[in-house]
Amino acid sequence: MEMPAPKSGRLASKPELASRLCAVLPSDAVIEAPEELKAYECDALSAYRCPPLLAVLPETTEQVAKVMNICHEMGVPVVPRGAGTSLAGGALPTADAVILGVARLREVLEINTSDRYIRVQSGMTNLSVTAAVEDEGFFYAPDPSSQLACAIAGNIAMNSGGAHCLKYGVTTNNLLGVTMVMADGEVVEIGGAVMDAPGLDLLGLICGSEGQLGIVTEATLRILPKPEGARPVLFGFDSSEVAGACVADIIRSGLIPVAIEFMDRPIIRATEDFAEAGYPDCEALLIVEVEGSEQEIADQLARIIGIAKRHDPVAIRESASAEESTRIWLGRKSAFGAMGQMGDYICLDGTIPVGELPAVLKRIAELGETHGHMVGNVFHAGDGNMHPLILYNANEPGQLESAERLGAEILKLCVDVGGCLTGEHGVGVEKRELMTHQFAPVDLEMQMTVKDVFDPEWLLNPAKVFPLAVSAGRRAGR
Amino acid sequence: MSILAKKKAVESEADLVEAIREGGPFVIEGGGSRRIGLAEGEVLSTRGLSGVTLYEPGTLTLVAQAGTPVSEIDALLAAENQRLAFEPPDLRGLLGRAGESTIGGVVAANASGPRRVAVGACRDFCLGVRFVDGRGQVVKNGGRVMKNVTGLDLVKLMAGSHGTLGVMTEVSLKVQPLPETVVTLGVPGGDAVEAVAIMSDMLGQPYDLTGAAWQGGRVMFRLEGFETSLRYRIGLMRARLRRDVVEHWGTEICDPIWRGIRDVAPFQDVPGDVWRMSVKPSDAADVVHAVAPADVIFDWGGNRFWLLVAEGTDVRVKMPIGHATLVRASNETKRRLSVFHPQNAALERISAGLRRKFDPEGKFNRGMMG
Ligand SMILES: Cc1cc2nc3c(=O)[nH]c(=O)nc-3n(C[C@H](O)[C@H](O)[C@H](O)COP(=O)(O)OP(=O)(O)OC[C@H]3O[C@@H](n4cnc5c(N)ncnc54)[C@H](O)[C@@H]3O)c2cc1C
Repeated sequence: MEMPAPKSGRLASKPELASRLCAVLPSDAVIEAPEELKAYECDALSAYRCPPLLAVLPETTEQVAKVMNICHEMGVPVVPRGAGTSLAGGALPTADAVILGVARLREVLEINTSDRYIRVQSGMTNLSVTAAVEDEGFFYAPDPSSQLACAIAGNIAMNSGGAHCLKYGVTTNNLLGVTMVMADGEVVEIGGAVMDAPGLDLLGLICGSEGQLGIVTEATLRILPKPEGARPVLFGFDSSEVAGACVADIIRSGLIPVAIEFMDRPIIRATEDFAEAGYPDCEALLIVEVEGSEQEIADQLARIIGIAKRHDPVAIRESASAEESTRIWLGRKSAFGAMGQMGDYICLDGTIPVGELPAVLKRIAELGETHGHMVGNVFHAGDGNMHPLILYNANEPGQLESAERLGAEILKLCVDVGGCLTGEHGVGVEKRELMTHQFAPVDLEMQMTVKDVFDPEWLLNPAKVFPLAVSAGRRAGR
Repeated sequence: MSILAKKKAVESEADLVEAIREGGPFVIEGGGSRRIGLAEGEVLSTRGLSGVTLYEPGTLTLVAQAGTPVSEIDALLAAENQRLAFEPPDLRGLLGRAGESTIGGVVAANASGPRRVAVGACRDFCLGVRFVDGRGQVVKNGGRVMKNVTGLDLVKLMAGSHGTLGVMTEVSLKVQPLPETVVTLGVPGGDAVEAVAIMSDMLGQPYDLTGAAWQGGRVMFRLEGFETSLRYRIGLMRARLRRDVVEHWGTEICDPIWRGIRDVAPFQDVPGDVWRMSVKPSDAADVVHAVAPADVIFDWGGNRFWLLVAEGTDVRVKMPIGHATLVRASNETKRRLSVFHPQNAALERISAGLRRKFDPEGKFNRGMMG
């Protein structure tokens, strides 16, 4: 993976830039020392690292605006950062860029349960938003597995999803408004605490824009009343075709489970060794969760089990208690950790039409064999959002590259069957060069002209999302 | 609403590209059934681009050409026990139009009905789009899968752009299975303050309400799902409401009630201008009080409401907060007051910048949105 070479003029401007930033920020908010800058050299795609020129940690929207204004005047690129859990390298800096971290923007600004929204600063973690409204019986629905750590800022930038998005949607479906600082430091308000805003849907455009269009400092989020309860059921199948057919039948039935999660044999074995959740040893496993009152849960589970039985499952485990529910989820929740125990891994998230599931799983296994890597699949089956985990050994030369080549093949496969490169993690640097496989030049050009409107000089997170060669002219700048 | 009667009909995307390259300015039209903004130019109709290109009930996916009649899509979905979850309003009665509503027009207007309060707007069900920009280039964005964050989301931008950025030729949508049954609860709710209080309280509970409206002194709630589960939730609601509650069961009785709210039926054939309002529910009663309309209908728990006022009334100068769209009025009034609510200067500038990129020569619905 390539990153653009740093511009020497920008490197040389470090002392001046630092002193101008220090003049507008609290004294401990400008990070200059090389050993401290190491904390900002990568996100969760840790195979790629580069310390930034500087890092800043402003505390208010006004401070963010001042930082942006100074960087804009000096022609220095800015890479926004939330909690740094991006799996796509979205927050990876270059040596001539400033990391703008929103970690200190952590306040709840307003809670309004009668109009069902919360307004927060964007550095708050996903889970702390729910924590802020939980006592009043509400929750914030999008629940990425990284929710303990990841920030609302990153969720908005990546349009993150979670296990429960089958029912509640992803970030864009739960975002009502943002305060955003433009590339030149101007502060704009987009949307607000109402269900629709006048004019073009700029909010829909900002959500998922990977820090390309502005720095989001505040967000108005929809909150929902907490359901009375939730309970999962687990099914084992002896082929992924059958499991896939079962998923389609559940979806068609009119039931709306909050989650349908799928794990294949390599993942089942790995998690059993790691977490001992007591999963059946089978080809494919589904966890289906429903919500409601006790009676509603029982009704829905009975219907779902009825559907599943038509597909001859080799195992059915219905949870009857909180402990059993935890155990059913245990393996799923520790899947990434389990794979991590076995080696280094790359986690992809291409999405496919659900009907293509069996064929794609089969092809992934074949590709894995050809490239000599074990691949496990654990994913959100209800919406076809795959998560192939490719194992490799980072200490062995050439392994990362070969795993990446396999990853690229798998993602191209997702596109070829009618899907896309990324369902929730974003393009970042990881899938940047594959964009031409999904989009025609004119499609990419249209997206880049949108960035031109917001960031004419391409100073915001410039080496991401678009293939380097395609964006080169626009990034040439100062 | 063009004053020119001339109309250009295209039969294919290639025709459309050619027409755009060579002509303009155009007023983009699907069935002409829901346009509310004013624009001048030759009418360019997408009706010739018709037909469902893909429908997979098992994956809840439908792809249709932009000129496909909504009625055709509704019928196709109904045969598989499915529907468009966002309930696009049919404004023909309100606006006095005769045309056949098209799916492209629905998406261009981000047209969403009462169920929006629970499941989201039209834009939340749009998975992908193809459109022709002002230079005559065919652009695609999104796709047909349920989760997709690949690149910038131009699908959302196109939804609700009222034909000002490009001419959509194809849209892909997520559809929804029909529920087993439906029930509407009618609750007496005298004034706007009381109505909002009741609706907010109920929407703040986990009852999964798929409609919350107020009209003619009655608050109405809709619940959809399995009968046992609805009975259980109604029990909880009755206990919490402690008022007279009337239950109407089944689609035959519920559909007309919610279609009436959706299509603003009470204001059809009644003289006066009609405004569509968007405010926080807790501000709704204040706005109603300040405007003092002849009649009002609340939808989305008070987040959206419709006002009937004397012709020529400028509602915006009277409202303390929120925004207002002038849906029905004479062209003279629409020109004077502007149909769409003005945005702040920064957003206006960004929007104008986007329009210049998508449609550099101003060929599409010129002046419609600002
Ligand atoms: C173990 C693990 C599990 C995960 N599970 C999920 C999951 O279930 N679902 C899912 O969707 N993702 C998941 N992720 C990915 C990741 O957590 C999400 O993408 C998350 O939203 C990133 O948030 P962050 O605050 O860490 O953002 P960062 O990593 O800091 O940044 C992400 C992107 O957002 C941009 N950005 C950050 N702040 C701003 C801002 N203020 N304004 C504009 N742009 C900004 C950055 O430039 C970058 O491009 C997982 C990651 C890990 C490590």
